[in-house]
Amino acid sequence: MRFLMMTTDDGSAGNPPDEAMMAQMAEFIEEMSKAGVLLATGGLDPRATRITSSGGKITVTDGPYTEAKEVVVGFALIETRTKEEAIELSKRFWKIVGDGEGVIQQVFGPGDAFPGQ
Amino acid sequence: MTASDTHRAIDAVWRIESARIIAGLARMVHDIGLAEELAQDALVAALEQWPESGVPDNPGAWLMAIAKRRAVDRLRRQQRLEQKLEEIGHGLETEDPAPEFDAVLDAVDDEPIEDDILRLVFTACHPILSPQARAALTLRMLGGLTTEEIARAFLVSEATVAQRIVRAKRTLSEAGVPFEVPEGAERAGRLASVLEVVYLIFNEGYAATAGTEWMRLDLCQEALRLGRILAELAPQEPEVHGLVALMEVQASRSRARTGPSGEPVQLLDQNRALWDRLLIMRGVEALLRAEKLGAPPGPYVLQAAIAICHAQAATAEETDWARICALYEVLARVAPSPIVELNRAVALAMAYGPERGLELVDTLVSEPSLKDYHLLPSVRGDLLARLGRLDEARDEFRRAASLTRNAPERDLLLDRAAACGPD
Repeated sequence: MRFLMMTTDDGSAGNPPDEAMMAQMAEFIEEMSKAGVLLATGGLDPRATRITSSGGKITVTDGPYTEAKEVVVGFALIETRTKEEAIELSKRFWKIVGDGEGVIQQVFGPGDAFPGQ
Repeated sequence: MTASDTHRAIDAVWRIESARIIAGLARMVHDIGLAEELAQDALVAALEQWPESGVPDNPGAWLMAIAKRRAVDRLRRQQRLEQKLEEIGHGLETEDPAPEFDAVLDAVDDEPIEDDILRLVFTACHPILSPQARAALTLRMLGGLTTEEIARAFLVSEATVAQRIVRAKRTLSEAGVPFEVPEGAERAGRLASVLEVVYLIFNEGYAATAGTEWMRLDLCQEALRLGRILAELAPQEPEVHGLVALMEVQASRSRARTGPSGEPVQLLDQNRALWDRLLIMRGVEALLRAEKLGAPPGPYVLQAAIAICHAQAATAEETDWARICALYEVLARVAPSPIVELNRAVALAMAYGPERGLELVDTLVSEPSLKDYHLLPSVRGDLLARLGRLDEARDEFRRAASLTRNAPERDLLLDRAAACGPD
């Protein structure tokens, strides 16, 4: 099963991660690689470009947005056997990062039935 | 957290940690069978205690600590027993053995666990064991799968798997197979034995040889995971990356390989939009890693290069068959086998016409090892059909259908026979 682990940020923390944490993160990523579960990972620029389509009209707006509550700032796509395993790995991630918030969602891959199918 | 939630959490922790725990213990006790038993003891302790106490903060360390304690108990007991025997024999007193155990414990903390995992892979895949036994042991020790899960994956009874594992452990123990990564002249052969097992697991899932299910994806994913682990543990081995590349690219097609009613769809008929681009990209990266090492290409690297050649063609018509022929030619030299020749025949037919392919296939008809191999008559039937020799083609498709053990594939072959017209 594939899961997308995302870290979200509302911009309130403001402090960029320090070097020690970056090193720990790199170690964590290496560990996930070595465990054979990491498929892809990356950091995202919080200054997102928003695209909305409404009634055939497409609007493109550049950030930052004052009303933005949560922006995805990082992701890891992992392949595990169960959701619990993904959660366990995510717990380890948060133990390194400290305070923060994220979401885990299953990514439907080959062999997974889509909901309702 | 309910008890069943805790059990699922324990299951997850076990799958993440078990290989590390078994590997670390194996270095202490020099016996992977015993190491696995001790690790299982720790798992049982977790199952007993965690529903009450909750999952500890560092579950891996908890399990390792318990398992190590059991290992030390076991070693002490054993040594006491040996001491007793010796005392009976010689009437001699010996010193307290405890300090030695502490040294062993310290050693476990010092050396990187990755090296132990690699040792575990090489030991579980020792050529002294049959490929089936190696596969079962590897899934058990490195994949953290239960006997029941392995049995289900290989469509055999749980008792069969259990027995396979017990025997394999005993064989390793009796032969005194050292817990180490082989070096020097032995290494290449031993590595081939490891890769063979990983690919066997993959293929068992990819083209299920029996049963109605065309694929058992879980096994493919186990094999991929093992391959990806190996690629990080032995990054200097081009064939490891070659195998990973091959599996990534083959797995990328899994969604396209079956039709709506579960029937197999052959490579050239597949909807390429269903191919998983991420896995293809990972396959290309793995192949590049292999190529960067600069060694002459081995069988897995070559097979991966062929698979990637297919993956890079936007449509079946755009396939670079001449390049695929050339790669098969090298493969036939590096790892000659009738199967490679059969595949080369298919490529030749695509690149230079069915006659060229049939010419080669006809030399394989008398090949004893292909006597019961359904793909030989299947390929031959296809080439004959393309040459308009429909009566011969029909016979070949029927023969192929009678040889395959896979139900959807049999249906497909019978359809092709019927398409050749009535007898």
